[in-house]
Amino acid sequence: MNLNELHAKLIAAARKNPPGGHVPYAFEKRIMSHLAARPAPNLWALWGGPLWRAALSCVAITVLCGLWSFAAHRAADDAGSFSQDFDAAVFAPLNEHLEEAW
Amino acid sequence: MDRTDAELIAAVKNGDAASFEPLVQKYQGRVFATARRYARRESEVEDIVQEVFIKAFQKLDGFRGEAPFEHWLMRLAVRTCYDFLRGHQRNRETVFTELTGPENDWLDRFAVAPDHASEEAEAARQLVDKVLERLSPPARLVITLLEIEERPVKEIARITGWSVTLVKVRAFRARAEMRRILARIAKDKYL
Repeated sequence: MNLNELHAKLIAAARKNPPGGHVPYAFEKRIMSHLAARPAPNLWALWGGPLWRAALSCVAITVLCGLWSFAAHRAADDAGSFSQDFDAAVFAPLNEHLEEAW
Repeated sequence: MDRTDAELIAAVKNGDAASFEPLVQKYQGRVFATARRYARRESEVEDIVQEVFIKAFQKLDGFRGEAPFEHWLMRLAVRTCYDFLRGHQRNRETVFTELTGPENDWLDRFAVAPDHASEEAEAARQLVDKVLERLSPPARLVITLLEIEERPVKEIARITGWSVTLVKVRAFRARAEMRRILARIAKDKYL
């Protein structure tokens, strides 16, 4: 059996028999009654969810910024003491000479 | 005097929900015809159409009027049908039934003399429905839009939200899938 030809034949059959567009009686009334029966959107509920999510995101960002700032300060402090120690080590002989000269 | 689509849509957007009814009346036939391409049972078709119009009502604020309302609505209808197919994907394997007598006869006629098997026959229509029901949702959608409704690839991309390349890839796979199903039917029947 030639499957390509069968494929083409069946597609042609589907094209020649398009589905009908008949509509059940008063279908539009059914749609409108569905729309009318839907409860009016509760604005508090509508905004509540996104606002809570936004608030939680803000808290998370604040905590992260705090941690980052704390860590940055500690690193800066560590860097300061290292530089002072380095200065002292480099200038130690010079300081000794100066002290002796005085 | 009949109001235009734009006037009706503006009225609905301004809170006059009753103005949506003429829009439903005007387009429900087309939406029913589209839904019947993807669902067989009339109760399922009605559920799909109802969902399309409820979604249209809810999303009407997003309709900017750049394209005709009908195009926007039909895009929504096709996407709702696709969601329906995906939701009922598991039933695909179980709904396939044995070929009926007239379908077997039509296939026999086709096997002997393809030209004598008329594509206008009811058996051919039933057979193609059965084959389409066995396709995966993307394959069924793309075969319906591209081959049966003969829509251009670009239009299918716009309707489905897929890229043009994806439509072409899915069309290629869909044809292969359909051929596999036809091969299986032929094998079950003649071997």
